[in-house]
Amino acid sequence: MTGKPKVAVFKFASCDGCQLTLLDCEDELLALADAVEIAHFTEATRTSLPGPYDLALVEGSITTPEDAERIEQVRAQSKFLVVIGACATAGGIQALRNFGDVREFTQAVYARPDYISTLAHSTPIADHVPVDFELRGCPIDRGQLLEVITAFLAGRKPRIPDRSVCYECKARGLVCVTVAHGTPCLGPVTHAGCGAICPAFARGCFGCFGPARGANTPALIELLHQQGESPERIARFFHTFNAASPAFAKASQDAAAPEDMP
Amino acid sequence: MSHLHERTLRVGSLARVEGEGAMHVRLDGAGRVETARLEIYEPPRFFEAFLRGRDFAEAPDITARVCGICPVAYQMSACLAMEDACGVRVGGQLAELRRLLYCGEWIESHALHVHLLHAPDFLGYPSGIDMARDHRADVERGLELKKIGNALMELVGGRAIHPVNVRIGGFHRVPTRSELAAFAPTLRRALELALETVIWVAGFDFPEAHLKHRFLAVNQEARYPIDSGTGVLTDTGVGYDVRHFEDYVFEYQVPHSTALYAQLADGTAYLTGPLARYSLHSAKLSRYAATAAKAAGLGAECRNPFRSIVVRAVEIVYAVEEALRIIEQYEPPDRPFVPVEPCAGRGCGVTEAPRGLLYHRYDLAEDGTITAARIVPPTAQNQAAIEAELCDLVQAHHTGMDDEALTHLCEQAIRNHDPCISCSAHFLDLHVDRP
Repeated sequence: MTGKPKVAVFKFASCDGCQLTLLDCEDELLALADAVEIAHFTEATRTSLPGPYDLALVEGSITTPEDAERIEQVRAQSKFLVVIGACATAGGIQALRNFGDVREFTQAVYARPDYISTLAHSTPIADHVPVDFELRGCPIDRGQLLEVITAFLAGRKPRIPDRSVCYECKARGLVCVTVAHGTPCLGPVTHAGCGAICPAFARGCFGCFGPARGANTPALIELLHQQGESPERIARFFHTFNAASPAFAKASQDAAAPEDMP
Repeated sequence: MSHLHERTLRVGSLARVEGEGAMHVRLDGAGRVETARLEIYEPPRFFEAFLRGRDFAEAPDITARVCGICPVAYQMSACLAMEDACGVRVGGQLAELRRLLYCGEWIESHALHVHLLHAPDFLGYPSGIDMARDHRADVERGLELKKIGNALMELVGGRAIHPVNVRIGGFHRVPTRSELAAFAPTLRRALELALETVIWVAGFDFPEAHLKHRFLAVNQEARYPIDSGTGVLTDTGVGYDVRHFEDYVFEYQVPHSTALYAQLADGTAYLTGPLARYSLHSAKLSRYAATAAKAAGLGAECRNPFRSIVVRAVEIVYAVEEALRIIEQYEPPDRPFVPVEPCAGRGCGVTEAPRGLLYHRYDLAEDGTITAARIVPPTAQNQAAIEAELCDLVQAHHTGMDDEALTHLCEQAIRNHDPCISCSAHFLDLHVDRP
């Protein structure tokens, strides 16, 4: 018995990028490993200790019947369950299947679709079990991940602002790419956290962190129309890594059928 | 000798690989290997299906999400395929910046694999973090190298995981000369660290093994292949144009895997990745990399997969040297990207992800809408060769080893190839059955 808090990392359908973010904390990794007991983290260690866990970090979305059962077991063993990344918080890019026909998708990729077990929808973890915190991003931000881990282990609320990317863009002193260059940008409706990287690289935000709280998508859709974007292109802007988040799913639908908007 | 009996070895979820896979090995009562499987149960994510109907310009950002460990590989193969379809070739400093970004991914991914995922097998620890208790300086060196790789990706690509700055035709914004020049001292530090890593791993004990498989790697003419190539080379001397890749390599499906297997047209399994690249292209290594390889005891080719850790360390040296060369010779291009107008047609692109060749092919409609997509990732190509290697390894070692030791040897044999399972599902759990 070490008396250290037990931290576990679990993966569901995903690209591994969000759990890699933990290994990308190069300056903090060894200190973190001294402060906690890494009880389960398949990508990093052969050690796998049974629960209960003090903190579970969950990456990925639920796409198979087996995973729908496995997340229940993870929840049952975890005091706090924090989901990390767009897959775990919104279903991820693989939730584009939710808007198509998964049987046809399987046939398009696999010669023997009968070998493949999959669900019709890719769903966020919160659709299956109660979660204690959702950390956004495709991928998540390293600094925010450390803040969330520290907060839960210290027993306080994580300081993760839910405002839009525009705030981060202004705070960096960047020139607005929409105002100055007419570049389409999802910054006004997208959840902060990346640090406004895209405007700093002369491109518009493309929505990696999903919808900000209270995102005014109808106003942005109107602006994008005025900038000369077609309904199909606007619909596609919202239809990426957070396509199945309710606010972006609705925005995509609204943009594709502008006459139905209020 | 004790009596022979049936044996089963299973590893339900393989550790220190990217993604979800298992291993299953079964020996019959006569001590023959009945089954040696690398099982990929990573859930399928259907990229090739939902890419249809998307705009050609979206492919680099969308396909990056196949893999958080090698997103640059996906972005580069996608860009090359789209440019091929539209009759555009990106050269000059823009191509050099792509190679620079890709060097960042090689440094990061190889430093991670060498220090945190692979070295613990040789030194007998469950993880790099446990290894750090006794080998702290080595782990810290690996983390510092890894961090430098990430910093290079952030400098050129804006972000280490899923860079934001890549677009068809080039970049959204290109760095200034002084921005890159300021990074040169960091890379000179990385060169020292990388050379120390080669010496460190060269001193490990390597089990005897000899790979019979064919090697396959991108041909980037006079250069060690990373970021582009017009053709593919094999160790039989046969080369072919990228556009004929699917005539030479066939994908097929097996019940125990969500990854598609690949084989050469003559039905043989082949291997892609560091061993293939090194064996086909070692003559093209830069000065420090070539010297380090020789000092580490590598010849012109390497067929012992356990020594792949040495090859990866040499490739880190190479990637650092290349990054330094590109930065020293950099002149900012006139514009950040070459305009690419969509046109109807088919385009193919190949690049060398850290773990091997990555092929993309797209069919486009006149307005740039993607009508078909095909992605052949490195681990899917290596799966058949890895299983054949497991079979030989178990056959050679099973009589002298208990289940635990044999299982560990098999896991190590799999990690020799740095499998990326997230990529291949469309990978691995060890079950060894001994009756």
